[in-house]
Amino acid sequence: MTGTTQSHGFASHVGHVMRQNPVTMIAFGMLGLLVFCAVFGPALVPHDPLASGARILQPPSGEHWFGTDHLGRDVFSRVIVATRLDMVISVGAVALSFVAGAILGCAAGYWGGWPDAVISRGLDMIMAFPLFVLAMGIVAALGNTVENVIYATAVINTPFYARVVRAEVNIRREAGFVQAARLAGNSDLRIVALHIFPNALPPMMVQVSLNMGWAVLNAAGLSFIGLGVRPPTPEWGIMVAEGANYIISGEWWLAVFPGLWLMFAVFTFNLLGDGLRDIVDPRQRR
Amino acid sequence: MRARLVGARLLQAIPVVIGVVVITFVLTRALPGDPAVYFAGDAADEASIQQVREQLGLDAPLPQQFIRYVGDLLRGDWGNSLSTGQPVLSDLARRLPASLELTLIALLLSCAIAIPLGVMAATRPGSWRDHLCRVLVTAGVSLPTFFTGILLIYVFYYLLDIAPSPLGRLDFLYIEPAPVTGFYLIDSALAGDWDTFGGAARQLVLPAITMAIFTLAPIARMTRAAMLQALSSDFIRTARAAGLPRGRIVYGYALRNALLPVVTTLGMVFSFALGANVLVEKVFAWPGIGSYAVDALVASDYAAVQGFVLAMALLFVTLNLIIDLLYAVIDPRIGFDAT
Amino acid sequence: MLRIADLRVRFATRNGPVDAVRGIDLSLGNGETLGIVGESGSGKSVTAFSILRILDQGGEIVSGAVRYGGMDLRQASERDLNDIRGREISMIFQNPRAALNPIRKVGHQIEDVLRQHAQATRQDARAKAIAALEEVQIKDAAARYHAYPFELSGGMCQRIVIALALACRPRLLIADEPTTSLDVTTQKTVMDLIRTLARDRKMGVILITHDLGLAGQYCDRLVVMKDGQIVESGTPADLSRAPTHPYTRRLVAATPHPGKKLHQLVVDGTPAPIPARGEVLLSVRDVTKTYAGKSGPVDALRGVSFDLPQGGCLGLVGESGSGKSTVSSIIARLQDASGGDVLFQGQSLCDVPASRFSRDPRRPLIQMVFQDATDSLNPRQTASQAIAEPLRRLGGLRAGARRDRVHELAEQVGLPANLLTRLPHQLSGGQKARVGIARALAVSPRLLILDEPTAALDVSIQALVLNLLADLRHRLDLTYLFVSHDLSVVQMLCDTVAVMRRGQIVEFGATEQVLNTPADSYTRQLLDAVPQPIV
Repeated sequence: MTGTTQSHGFASHVGHVMRQNPVTMIAFGMLGLLVFCAVFGPALVPHDPLASGARILQPPSGEHWFGTDHLGRDVFSRVIVATRLDMVISVGAVALSFVAGAILGCAAGYWGGWPDAVISRGLDMIMAFPLFVLAMGIVAALGNTVENVIYATAVINTPFYARVVRAEVNIRREAGFVQAARLAGNSDLRIVALHIFPNALPPMMVQVSLNMGWAVLNAAGLSFIGLGVRPPTPEWGIMVAEGANYIISGEWWLAVFPGLWLMFAVFTFNLLGDGLRDIVDPRQRR
Repeated sequence: MRARLVGARLLQAIPVVIGVVVITFVLTRALPGDPAVYFAGDAADEASIQQVREQLGLDAPLPQQFIRYVGDLLRGDWGNSLSTGQPVLSDLARRLPASLELTLIALLLSCAIAIPLGVMAATRPGSWRDHLCRVLVTAGVSLPTFFTGILLIYVFYYLLDIAPSPLGRLDFLYIEPAPVTGFYLIDSALAGDWDTFGGAARQLVLPAITMAIFTLAPIARMTRAAMLQALSSDFIRTARAAGLPRGRIVYGYALRNALLPVVTTLGMVFSFALGANVLVEKVFAWPGIGSYAVDALVASDYAAVQGFVLAMALLFVTLNLIIDLLYAVIDPRIGFDAT
Repeated sequence: MLRIADLRVRFATRNGPVDAVRGIDLSLGNGETLGIVGESGSGKSVTAFSILRILDQGGEIVSGAVRYGGMDLRQASERDLNDIRGREISMIFQNPRAALNPIRKVGHQIEDVLRQHAQATRQDARAKAIAALEEVQIKDAAARYHAYPFELSGGMCQRIVIALALACRPRLLIADEPTTSLDVTTQKTVMDLIRTLARDRKMGVILITHDLGLAGQYCDRLVVMKDGQIVESGTPADLSRAPTHPYTRRLVAATPHPGKKLHQLVVDGTPAPIPARGEVLLSVRDVTKTYAGKSGPVDALRGVSFDLPQGGCLGLVGESGSGKSTVSSIIARLQDASGGDVLFQGQSLCDVPASRFSRDPRRPLIQMVFQDATDSLNPRQTASQAIAEPLRRLGGLRAGARRDRVHELAEQVGLPANLLTRLPHQLSGGQKARVGIARALAVSPRLLILDEPTAALDVSIQALVLNLLADLRHRLDLTYLFVSHDLSVVQMLCDTVAVMRRGQIVEFGATEQVLNTPADSYTRQLLDAVPQPIV
């Protein structure tokens, strides 16, 4: 243990985490690329993602890096432009389920008793469905819109956060520092919100990273079977679905490039987990 | 003690099943499109639509509709599918074995790869093998199943031409085995028809691999974490100090303890797999309940969709029940200090 | 029999390599019992693990030799070593319940060892395993054979671990803190058992412990370790009479035993004046507590009554499950009693339910110092934030005044100001304990409840913290309720002692009287279990 103190600040702690784990550094670099594409992609791509052209089903070339599709649209432009939509869906869904899961989990974990029983059984019911199937049902029922994809994804992810938070809160409910906070005159609400919940953040961050990946997969999977996002909107799942029709005749680029970019995004989110956890974990500070 | 535990666990499943039925009911009532309009036909006027609505009981208040719905379910009347014209329950029963055969084979394959991978990673934490393992399984779970499937078809069917055409459970060259279990592998083996067995197995390979790749990660991660924890436990040190050989310590002591949390994870993985199943069946034109549901969704065939969602949920509840009971069998601590 | 020469062990950690053992030499004769004494981080356990080469991941023996018989264990092949482990040299561990495979019957675990070393065949393994259980004085061994570890008490588990270790009749037993997690009375029976078995079998024993008193009572020879080195060795009598190394002197002084005075724990200590006793501050009247257990209600407290005068210090002593912690948390208003009343300055505390006591004007007056300093500090709060927490909620001070008060408190408890910005994991055990005390004192309480405040600390740190507490009591005119399992600690700080067992007070009286003429048989049992000073 060195003589360094916390006064180094958050930025240097993030730097330290990055240096500790090269995988984290790579993952954050990949995330930076994705965010860049989401923010600036639509302005920078070489072709209009919706404009059809005469040159249909062209293999990759200098003009069309990822080739063109059956309507002559530029696959590269469509892939990049779709980043924004898929990121919005996953970030939106994860944010919603994070908040909902945190509140439900805290209530169930701290007070126990009947709130716990009601919340836990409710979550069990959601978890009783194969989650993708439930998402299908919700989107089919609520209607085919992007918002509904976000809500459906949020609903199926909420139980995971709630369970993590419930467990983390529950084991700390009688911890010494919680008792001490009580002696210091904190009300129950303050104790849960300010003393216990922040300690559940590290495992939640791992969940966030996994769920961002699932959310993207989920949205793409839904549009693959014709739910949620509708053509001609550029979206990875739709593009793979459209490309699937051409793969057995050898036009591989229609499906492969959007599929790979989709995988790249999910892979990035999945790799982020450990790094995000270390950043919010004070015990990683030296 | 054990019997009471089993009873309690069965009782616990009841509210979940009720909840599942309620959610399914609410979802289907919320589905867009008026079924009465649909059933009345294209040429119907307002009055005949109203008549159909009354026949279907759709004008009654919701609670009454719900009771009627539950009554129908219990009698085995899950409605008729619009697209096939058959009762939904018999459609599902016919197609379910196809889905189960695919999912179970995929999970077996996945466990057979993921558990040894997890053990290997845990016995050498921080080594290049550990990192490689992690990156590989993470890449696997990052691959959307529908994309993996298409990629495999492109490589093994189009480019290399070693896989059969991705259309269903059996090439038309073979005759379907006489249905006993509905699992082609088992039925053909029972009939001694090894040609058909081989044909069915060949069809299974690509979709099963597709799903296995997707489910590797959670199993391997959980195995690794559980193994690491088990290996750092005090009882492992006792076993080492007592001179037990490494193989016995890793497999006999650590792995047996580590498998308990892995079994729990299998429930969640199964949920994963059933969801992925829908997409995989679509890609491989697999005649299971997943592709049935996708077709029904496209055709707004609401009895079929509702039947599918309900069947999936009931299947999953049953499976979790089995896993929990299995857990109670292999872990002696359950039943005394049950949490 | 065993000779260790220039042993060095290094661990690779996230913060670079750490030398855990830095060149030690040791030898052990046939049938001799050697004690290795040291505080946490001294390298005593690492030394033990190095003998059998069962170091944790990242640990490596850098140099040295471990000679057993004619063999260098450091150079031996893994296969040869596996023949030695469990058959020639065995080991038992600190936490007996965790030391057994949780999902395997204990009998089968013993059989595994017997069959591994070809001491039993498939046919007679079971009989031999039961015989091994009988040798450690387990009653009804045939039935225990089928038990799982979670079905047994901690003391019983330790017997099983001993049976497992001794099943193949090894010539050397290494015992790593074998009784640390056990109650004092169980501690004594387990240690007596080890001594008896060692004598009967003429077996060598290496006892590794932090407890100098315990080692002195059971060992022929002691070595004292600090920072990976041996600082002194000799017979227990020599070490306690004339310790030469300054560290040994500190350690000998800091080891409590009945009759020792608080200031004697530290070298050159001076006794703190004892505050004058005033009116009754706290009065506990027939308090009961019943929990809803799995099989019917459990009576945790069955009517506890006592008075504590202003300026007094009452020691509440008992083993785990005696109800002493329940009493303290009811008085601290962390939970409600089922019956009875608690009066503070003549007024009932039980009028206000525990859930609403945080806004009661008397909240600042009753504060608590917790057992585990690590557990009782929020891992996300720095030391100064932790100390300021009660001030923020109860003190009504502005930020500037609050900062001054935090510094003042830090000085009072002897916490260097430059540590105030650190997070708990960046502090040592003793520093964390001081933060906990400063936090409890922040809002100037009248009554301070000390719930085993030194149980997790090394003895030399414990000595300092106890003296600090005595000093604060006098300077701030505090009243203490001191909860502990350790009579020898309680008798130094407290003027009155209450011994609890099964939810009741079985003995109450002035410390001198309880110590010298205990009226209750259980009190005598507790006193007997305390290791006697080496004379």
